[in-house]
Formats: sequence, structure tokens, C-alpha cells
Amino acid sequence: MIPRVPSRRVRRLLENLEAYAFLLPAIVVLGVFHLFPIVFAFFISLLKWNMIDPVRPYVGLANYVQALQDDKFRTALGNTTYYAFVSVGLAIPLALFFAVLLNRKLRGMSWYRTAFFIPHVTSLAAAAMVWHWLYNPDQFGLLNYLLDKVGIPPQRWLLDPLQAMPAIIAVSIWSSLGRDIVIFLAGLQSISQDYYEAAQIDGANNWQLFRHVTWPLLSPTTYFILIISMIGAFKIFALPLFLTGGGPISKTLTIVYSIYQQGFQYFRMGYASAQAYTLFAIIFLITMLQRRVLAHRVHYDI
Amino acid sequence: MARTLTLPATQIRAPGRRVALKNTLVHLVLLASVVVVLLPYYLMISTSLKPIQEIFTDPFKWLPSRLAWENYVDAWNHAPFGRYFLNSTFISVTETLGVLVTSALAGYAFSRMRFWGREVFFVIFLGTLMVPGEVQLVPNYITIVRLGWLNTYYALIIPWLASVFGIFFMRQFFATIPQELQDAATMDGASHWTFLWRVVVPLSKPAFITVGLLSFLGSWNALTWPLIVTNTPEMRPIMVGLLSFSNEWGTQPRLLMAAATFSVAPILVLFFILQRYFIQGIARAGIKF
Repeated sequence: MIPRVPSRRVRRLLENLEAYAFLLPAIVVLGVFHLFPIVFAFFISLLKWNMIDPVRPYVGLANYVQALQDDKFRTALGNTTYYAFVSVGLAIPLALFFAVLLNRKLRGMSWYRTAFFIPHVTSLAAAAMVWHWLYNPDQFGLLNYLLDKVGIPPQRWLLDPLQAMPAIIAVSIWSSLGRDIVIFLAGLQSISQDYYEAAQIDGANNWQLFRHVTWPLLSPTTYFILIISMIGAFKIFALPLFLTGGGPISKTLTIVYSIYQQGFQYFRMGYASAQAYTLFAIIFLITMLQRRVLAHRVHYDI
Repeated sequence: MARTLTLPATQIRAPGRRVALKNTLVHLVLLASVVVVLLPYYLMISTSLKPIQEIFTDPFKWLPSRLAWENYVDAWNHAPFGRYFLNSTFISVTETLGVLVTSALAGYAFSRMRFWGREVFFVIFLGTLMVPGEVQLVPNYITIVRLGWLNTYYALIIPWLASVFGIFFMRQFFATIPQELQDAATMDGASHWTFLWRVVVPLSKPAFITVGLLSFLGSWNALTWPLIVTNTPEMRPIMVGLLSFSNEWGTQPRLLMAAATFSVAPILVLFFILQRYFIQGIARAGIKF
């Protein structure tokens, strides 16, 4: 027989203790600053909590009701939705186009890929400063200078209520394009060459190859990029903060910008938390919706 | 003969000249796009080197008449950028090391140890990834205020010393290390601790580089949290410093562009040295997620 020191039960206990010791640092940090605040934020959202006021009465869902009736927050919801759909809708086809081009085995491809990727590692703070200068509304701005060359009068860009959000969308696409291209490329490279050879033997042309081989087999990647881009888009904050300050006439005020204003400029913690939970609900719904609508169209049979 | 067989299938069938023309077209499209993508960097660097009287010119000047390095000196002296850099470096390095250690330990526990509640913990951790970080801003701010940590390095660093993504990534990577290695190590009397640091960590360099780079990048470029928890220039990391600098010197593009250039320079240098890891890291983080 096997010697029974220490007993199985003691050994299990020791292994458990050891495992928890390994987990302890992560559990403490994530518990205090990641898990607890998720619950705490909901609690705060049910209170009228001002940083300076020691009295914090329970108000139920009043903060949520207020948010939905608040013209400014509704504007933020509308702006953010517009931003999310247009930026993601443009970014994904563009990234796919470049990824397909870059997937050709030609010389210099990795050089282009690196160039596309540079904006993604550049901080939005610095990038926004440069784009702000690029969008200079006077004739000094590079963009207006280039327009002038082709005979278009100078534009107001970030100061124009109709152009401000599209201008921000352009910066955000510029910034995320490299990431999307790189993920698409990894997806393209995981498609077996056999499929293409088989389709070519059947006489498929380039478009048919793309439509019937690349597109369906790339769908898990496309779906993934769509989900992370949408989630990211609904959290847009840094660009309007730097480029427009939410203006002109609140045309670039976004949900997170509004949370920032309510929480850290007016210190209405309850109201800010209710807005944050509303954002959470929207992101959750959109993710679920995309799952319901798109998941069955995704082919995982690579 | 053997060489023609290794050519991609598309090139075997098409006549050579058409392929060459098509490839040239691909290069032209990509080259033009790259020029557009890099144009802001050109504007940033060229403006940062223009003498003051050449900034607001009509028409726009593509090149400065001389290299005005004094813009960099002026920008650097108009705000405590030395301090900002020191703060950012300290914060980013500490955070990255912290994330690597906590992720390795927790990732190891999740992939290689058996304990009660393993699945539950893992699902809870992963579930929090669905919650946008903005939800945690207000409660974390309140926690920081209550701990008396407002405007301290504690507030800037401690909340970010562990990352769900890092844990998940390490766990996935560690799971690919063959069980036989662990059995052999156990036979030799190695504890989990020894096995982790002597065998698993050296075998997982790519995972460490990926998690480390993404963590460093996120920390260096972070904006919202440092903006909220700092209120004096002494505690500001570079990106928050840049924001206040642009509010203060917004009318002086030569200073702004010089400041933008030296703020992004460390990350861009790091990127060019380690670009393979950056790009693979993003691709892998994306695919396996």
C-alpha cells in the first residue's frame, strides 16, 4: 500500500491554499478596483450623491428617469450612436480592403503594415493635438490648404456643427485602422490555401474567391472586430475631449463625455453612475443583438 | 521547374505582364494610402521644426527654411515635462511589472492548479470584461478619496496592478505547456512555485512580451483615470500634462507639435524596436480572445 502521509484531504487542502496564495494579489486588486465598483456603481446610481453633500438620500430609479429625460444626455446618446455606426461601418470595409491587399505575397508588404499600424500605438492625446492643427479652420491649416489646391473653399471642420463629428470619425478610423488590418491579416492567414486552390480548379475568378471563400471563412474575425469596435465606439471620449470639448453646440458630446462632466466637473456621483450603467446596458444590448442576428452567419469551420 | 510549382496559384495561370501591372497597382494604392496615414506625422514634425514666423503662412510651407530646434527647448521649458516623463516612466514600468507578476501567478493557478471555486472565479473574472471601464470610474474615485490617495502614485498605479486580460492570456499560454514537463519537475521534487519561475516563465517569453507591451502601452497612453485622480502638475503623467499644455499654449502650434513629438517618441521608438511583438501581440490578443 501507498504510505498515507500526509492524508489525501490534507494534501487537497494544502493545494487549495497554495492556489489561493497564487491568486491572492490578483483577487485583491481586481476585487477592490474591478468587481466591487461594478456593484457599488449600481448602488450609487440609486442615490442622490453629491461629493460635497454628506446627505445621500435613496431616490430609486430617479437618476435613470432623469437621464432619459435630460436633453443633454439624449443628445449624447444620439451623437454616440451616430459616431459608432458610421465609424465602425466605414472602418471595417476599409480595413478588410487593405488587409486583402496586404495579404498578397509581394515585397514591402510588412513595411506598409507597419506604417498603417503606427497610429494605433500613438496616444490619442498627442494624435488629437496634431489633427486639431491639421483641421485648423483658417487658411493656415494643412487640410484647407490642400482643399484650396483643388479649388474648394476653406472649411470650418471642428467648428462646424455638421462637420465636427465626421472630422472626429476620420481621426478615429485613422487611429484604429492598423489594429483592424492586423487582426484581419491574422484571420486571412489562417484560411487554408487548399480552399482557394479547389475553387480555382472549379474556375472561380477573384471576386468569386473573395465572395465564396474569403468572406465566409473570415466571418469569425469580422464578427470579432465588429463586436470590439462597437464596444469601443460607444466609449468614445478622448477625441471629443481634445478636439472639440464636446462642441460646437453639443454636437460632439458623447456618453462618456457626459459621465465625465456629471461625475468629475459637477460631482453628481449618483447621476453619473446612472449614466454609466445606461452605457453598460446599451453595450450589453448591442453585443447580444449582434450575437442573435449575426452569430448564426458566422462560419467556424476553418 | 520546382520554382514555378511554389508560386502562388493565382500567378501560375495569369499572364506575367498582367500580374506585374496588377502588382504595381497594388503598390500604388498602398503607397498613396500610407502617405495619407503618415501625413499627420509629417505635419507634426515639420511644424515642430519651423521658425515662429513660418507657422501661419499663406500658402502653407511644406518645409521650414531652417530647423528651429529652439521650439523643443521652449516647449520643454514651458511646462514641467521632465517631471511628467518621470511620472509616466515610473507609473508605466511599475504597472507593467505588477501586471506581469499578478497575471503569471493567477494564470498559473487557473491553468495548472486544482482548487475549489476555480471555474466560478474564472467566469466572474471574464464576465467583468463585458462591463465598460467607465462604470468603475465613479466608485473607484470615491474609494481613492476615502483611502486618502487622491493625487498620489498609489491612485495612479495600484488599481491597475492586475488585469483580467493578462490573466486570461497567461492562462491560455500556460495551458499549451506539456503536462509531461510538470510531471518530470514534480518527480524531481519541484514545487509549483519553482516550476512556474524555472520552467513556465522561461518557456512563455512571447506571452510575457505581449502582456507587458500592451500593459505598458495602455499605461503610457492612459488618459481618463489619471485626469480624474491628479490635480497638481507634480503628479501628472505625460498625457495629462499634454492636455493641460494644449489648453495653455493652444495658439502656438510650434510648441504643441514639439511637445506632441517628444511625448509620442518613447512609444514609437519602442514600437520600431519591438514591432514584431507589438503586431503579433495585437493580432494574437484579438484572435484568441
